[in-house]
Amino acid sequence: MTTVPPPVEDPSFSLAGTREPPRRVLMKGNEAIAEAAIQAGCDAYFGYPITPQAELLEWMAKRMPEEGRAFVQAESELGAINMALGAGAAGARVLVSSSGPGVSLMAEAMSYMAGSEVPMVLINVMRGGPGLGSIGPSQSDYFQAVKGHGHGDYRVPVLAPSSLGEAMEMVATAFELAEHYRTPVIILADGIMGQAMEPVEQHYRTPPRQTASWALTGADGREPRVVRSLHLAPEELEEHNAHLQEKFRAIAEHEVRWAGERLDDADLVIVAYGTAARVARTAIARARAAGLRVGLFRPISLWPFPSAELAGVADRTRGLLVVELSAGQMVEDVRLAVAGKVPVAFEGRTGGMVPSPDEVVEALRELDATGSSRRARRVRRRPPIPVSGADHMHPHEPMAEPETGHDALSIFGDDAWMPHWYTVPVPTHPTRNGRGRGHGRNGSAERRRGDEGGTR
Amino acid sequence: MTATVPAAPRVIYQRPARLTDVSTRYCPGCGHGIIHRLVAEVLEDLGVDGRTIAVAPVGCSVFAYEYLGYDWCEAPHGRAPAVATGIRRVRPDAFVLTYQGDGDLAAIGTGEIVHAAARGELITAIFVNNGIYGMTGGQMAPTTLVGQRTTSSPTGRDVRAAGYPVPMTEMLAVLPGVAFAARGSIADPSAIGKTKAYIRKACEAQIRGEGFAVVEVLSNCPVGWGMTAQESIRYLQDVVVQTYPLGVLADRRAGAQSGAARPGTPPGTARHAENRPAGQEA
Ligand SMILES: Cc1ncc(C[n+]2csc(CCOP(=O)(O)OP(=O)(O)O)c2C)c(N)n1
Ligand code: SF4
Ligand SMILES: [Mg+2]
Repeated sequence: MTTVPPPVEDPSFSLAGTREPPRRVLMKGNEAIAEAAIQAGCDAYFGYPITPQAELLEWMAKRMPEEGRAFVQAESELGAINMALGAGAAGARVLVSSSGPGVSLMAEAMSYMAGSEVPMVLINVMRGGPGLGSIGPSQSDYFQAVKGHGHGDYRVPVLAPSSLGEAMEMVATAFELAEHYRTPVIILADGIMGQAMEPVEQHYRTPPRQTASWALTGADGREPRVVRSLHLAPEELEEHNAHLQEKFRAIAEHEVRWAGERLDDADLVIVAYGTAARVARTAIARARAAGLRVGLFRPISLWPFPSAELAGVADRTRGLLVVELSAGQMVEDVRLAVAGKVPVAFEGRTGGMVPSPDEVVEALRELDATGSSRRARRVRRRPPIPVSGADHMHPHEPMAEPETGHDALSIFGDDAWMPHWYTVPVPTHPTRNGRGRGHGRNGSAERRRGDEGGTR
Repeated sequence: MTATVPAAPRVIYQRPARLTDVSTRYCPGCGHGIIHRLVAEVLEDLGVDGRTIAVAPVGCSVFAYEYLGYDWCEAPHGRAPAVATGIRRVRPDAFVLTYQGDGDLAAIGTGEIVHAAARGELITAIFVNNGIYGMTGGQMAPTTLVGQRTTSSPTGRDVRAAGYPVPMTEMLAVLPGVAFAARGSIADPSAIGKTKAYIRKACEAQIRGEGFAVVEVLSNCPVGWGMTAQESIRYLQDVVVQTYPLGVLADRRAGAQSGAARPGTPPGTARHAENRPAGQEA
């Protein structure tokens, strides 16, 4: 049994002539990720519009035909993901992107792809759920991505970038993993990452193709190939599952990714990924200024989760604080990893709200003082107050800085810019139990429509 | 006595090369086997065997890959046209076929087939309409006849609760992206001959880049219908065709009288195949 196929170049997909892009530019997250995929050799993109990932689809609509690659705006996410299944089975390097409601529709085909070992990369630009939820940034699809998504015994690698540059590099890595292990791979981004503009260094990488030995090309002068997940005889399916499980073990052994910051002298450690890790970084700077020695443990692969590595770090600390844009999902994996060795506290916001660095500092203080996980599950409930006047601004005009307090972009640094219609409310004055005053970059104006309360 | 030299043997009938020599899992008398054979004969005649990538449905013909020796991709129930779209867009030099039942195409996969047809996707759909969900035990399908008894319409399909049969191919035929749409049957040799001619035209439409093509084939399901094989054939001849008349429903191929066909590879298709010499593939 070959768990991992040897890399073989596939001559049938040639990238000759791909336009060389400019090196350092200001790009919107969704667009930068899309271009990175093109430069990484993406042969086919299939999508369906949904906020906050629509610009990814729009970029592909323009660029893919320009490069002579496949692009279809599908009739639904069901259509998109099944087109991806077909193109992936035919050996192409395939990208699909969506957000929560659409990703839910993709669960069935993801399970088929895992079962029939079809490589594909799915980017989920997460928004608030459940249901239609909100279009605000969120990390509430962690369970969906990491714990299964569709039916059956399977796992897929899940990668979480926390900056645009990292996301761009990650697309190439994701294609590589997908083809090497013959598996779908999920990249979990969120609305802030998709919507914010950041200056990006464009260092692109095009991994070699690895699909030629099994891809469907037409059975000309060779045995027919069948890409399938059906194994009707229980013994046969069990054997196939054993093969898949062995592959998952190989991934768990070789593909753990994480980053640590300021861990050397840390008494307390924040565990956070993606946008939450950027909030955490700001919070750590403030906490250190106030005399708390805090470090950051940032899982980059959410599956496989860096459990052993985190347990090792936890051994040298007095407590962990998990920060998420969710009601507490990754925190379960953190608790499993440290197995009660140190207290694990949680700080999270939901619905499209982003925890402020000060909230995180406060949670750190409490963890420091009590050494307990009393804040085990703390999800704030505090309505934002939109900035008045912002609704009238032109969609492409940068916002004036708000007069007071923290704003979501401070976690991205001074160079970043957020479209005014994109709601990223962050409380300005976190209070322990009262209602803090918050503001959005612009309330709830819908993109290009400006009316209140609509959904896309 | 004059010695006669025997003439060289001439093959007048044989198994198509890609029709595998195995006994199928189909029930005795089931029409799927005949339709498989027609597909194999046509693709062989057209010389596309070696570049065919077929998409299997979920239904009794889920094992089609055991019976027809092409490259196959299995699709989730109803999604074959989307899977075929993905294949065709990245391998524009392939011949891409979906083989789907009526539950697959006319119920759960309605969206996928309609939009593949609307896009004029260069694929050919073989739509086997036996008016029932054969594989799951003979439940009512959208195509089940009014009054027809199934395991989920035990007193017969009642239009007040279950509505009317869906004339899927007529509905697809109105779309300008459809180059060819027809309905045949496997009820008798003459009908089978016509069905084969329809399948041929539907495949040629793809080969010439004229658009989407679908052939609905009225088939039987003796087990699901609760009949003997012979009864089921008579039912097909006498009753089923009343609801589903046979014939060509749309012909917009370039050679046809009224045409909207736009031959060529659509934009949004991978370009690589144009530069690739035939047979270079792995
Ligand atoms: C999502 C999903 N729903 C339901 C099923 C169960 N199922 C398998 S085959 C089938 C019906 C197939 O009927 P049809 O397409 O008419 O094919 P036939 O067996 O009659 O040839 C159903 C409902 C499934 N496999 N997947
Ligand atoms: S159940 Fe019906 S369609 Fe299925 S194999 Fe038997 S006769 Fe054929
Ligand atoms: Mg049927």
